[in-house]
Amino acid sequence: MDPKTYKFDTLSLHGGHQPDKNFGSRAVPIYQTTSYVFQDTDHAAALFNLEQGGHIYSRISNPTVAVLEERVAALEGGTGAVATASGQSSVFLTIMTLVNSGDHIVSSSQLYGGTVNLLRLTLLRFGIETTFVKPRDTEGFKKAIKPNTKLVFGEIIGNPGLEIMDVPEVATIAHDAGVPLVIDATFNTPYLCRPFDFGADIVIHSLTKWMCGHGTSMGGILVEGGKFDWTQNNKFLTMTEPYPGYHGLSFAEEFGPMAFAMRARAEGMRDFGPCMSPTNAFNILQGIETLSVRMDKHLFNTKKMLEYLSNHEGVEWVAHPDLSDHPDHKVAKKILPKGAGSIIAFGVKGGRAAGESFINAVKLASNLANVGDSKTLVIHPASTTHSQMDSETMKLAGLSEDMIRFSVGIENIEDIISDFDNGFRAAKKPRLVTNQ
Amino acid sequence: MKFKVNYKEVFASAGGQSFDKNKPVIIFVHGSGLSHVTWVLQTRYFAFHGYSVLAIDLPGHGYSEGPSLTSMEEMGDWIAEVIDVSGIKEASLVGHSQGCLIAMETASRYPEKVKCLSLMGGGGAIPMNPELLNLAENGEAKAVDLMMDWAHGPAGHFGGHPVPGLHHINIGGTIVHNGSVKDALGVDFRACDNYKNGFEAAKKIKCPTLNILGEFDRMIPVTEGKKLADSIVDSKVVIIPECGHMILLEKADQALAILKKFIKANHPTK
Repeated sequence: MDPKTYKFDTLSLHGGHQPDKNFGSRAVPIYQTTSYVFQDTDHAAALFNLEQGGHIYSRISNPTVAVLEERVAALEGGTGAVATASGQSSVFLTIMTLVNSGDHIVSSSQLYGGTVNLLRLTLLRFGIETTFVKPRDTEGFKKAIKPNTKLVFGEIIGNPGLEIMDVPEVATIAHDAGVPLVIDATFNTPYLCRPFDFGADIVIHSLTKWMCGHGTSMGGILVEGGKFDWTQNNKFLTMTEPYPGYHGLSFAEEFGPMAFAMRARAEGMRDFGPCMSPTNAFNILQGIETLSVRMDKHLFNTKKMLEYLSNHEGVEWVAHPDLSDHPDHKVAKKILPKGAGSIIAFGVKGGRAAGESFINAVKLASNLANVGDSKTLVIHPASTTHSQMDSETMKLAGLSEDMIRFSVGIENIEDIISDFDNGFRAAKKPRLVTNQ
Repeated sequence: MKFKVNYKEVFASAGGQSFDKNKPVIIFVHGSGLSHVTWVLQTRYFAFHGYSVLAIDLPGHGYSEGPSLTSMEEMGDWIAEVIDVSGIKEASLVGHSQGCLIAMETASRYPEKVKCLSLMGGGGAIPMNPELLNLAENGEAKAVDLMMDWAHGPAGHFGGHPVPGLHHINIGGTIVHNGSVKDALGVDFRACDNYKNGFEAAKKIKCPTLNILGEFDRMIPVTEGKKLADSIVDSKVVIIPECGHMILLEKADQALAILKKFIKANHPTK
């Protein structure tokens, strides 16, 4: 006797949606509307007071976006989700829902550069301090936690150095301190790892990346696991204290395992307003429909490219957690058994100049500031995504001048290899190729 | 809010308002292994429209002190004590699934304390599949997965939560896991399986009774719900289309609209 609930690939296609009752539309309709007609004043009042579910205004919720939210919650095993305009606004919304001025965050140091800047500089202006810890320094997380710490934050697969955070161990440390573990799971997607299964409490995605998969639409999402008990201590007043913004509502008391998602939407979407457009939600839903198929191809091509790069004379070094010499290979096998994603970091022999020549010579691979497109992408982080960091912060973030971040696409593997052959030829003789 | 029954702490949600015993009181009784949270899309409306509500956590569930009670009769008595310690003479009861059996016991044993009775997915008995019962009593997570599978209709399996962004099956499962599979769900399932008095209790119920049934309910099929209603003198049945057993969440708005009409007619505000 086994449960007949739908499996991952099926939920990718159907989660959150049933064919529309009016016209039988099989695809998710794009509800390109700002607002929704109330049945009567009683209905309107009930919606505004969270007595009933429903849509009021598309800044707070929208039917197309809601399908996406429910689908990602289904795929992650979460109780609820709130989609936002970008991954970065999901990080911001998560933090602002839990953290107040005078509070403290403990974070992995190996993060997307924009998140580092948010934690290190921007939130500091609002009285929120962050202590950064190397993701491999599990004990360091424990030591960094203070009485005013409100959450522990990290990415499973660090950006761009590909360090792997031991999520179960860090989750235990966070929970022993009575704080949640927030994981940005963009690089792994729920197809490779569902962080809730390893103890995380809130999961964030930049949906712009592999979830959408086609480089067409910006989007982010926060997902609640539902297991964290906000009432266990007096740290989370936004969850436990009566909120004057909703007639004294206590979110933890009324909404239990969905309290965080409810508060993030009710307060954060209302007051900060980082809403996702319905059209972007539709585009991202289209991407998610093929997530498992695409991820299998990403992993296949990644494996082939690791073999290619590991044996190429023009490569100084290659880093990927699936390689046996990667320092986090063991932990990667534990929490990412299907594969540790499709980002490869490598250094081109000849340093920064050779690296730049490589990037300028490849034609199939696009040089741009994104990852997780179906198309192959390359970038030089030191001069782009992480360029706003000073040298000390760059070092802390695990960056080197010769590093190329390679987002493996799903083109035919022979074509990617052929393109890279051209890149390495250019790197070897930079001036000759550049002048062609 | 917290109060004590038999020296043990009890939690009940008052729907976001202060409990006022001078208003008509509605007590909501949750199903097996669940908690007051399941009622949030009904309780807040009544609490803000002239009623006092108590969405209780049964002993050993949610925020209420344990241990869990082991029979419907005992739980029916316990609800009567909740009415007494709340300083009121009578209340309307709303039950879901196992909560229906409990509310029926209270209504049949303490008719003077129950103004009207609303059942959601109410049957005269809830016999348990032996394998599911065994899994729950051993604290196995699979028991929760099976329960969530059977309890939900299309809205749970595909999607369409009335609150944007929420996920039915994962919420239900998490509520059970946040309690105790063994000591709450397992004890509840055993109590359901042991309970044989449903139709006898039904015959003694004199207050107006409503049974809201889900068209696709696999736990209490419509035929079983109608059979129970036929045993109650003053009863009505409403069937919600395309709905499974988790009526209070799957079709929260329709369930609320039906409840509003029934309770306002039979237990009006002053």
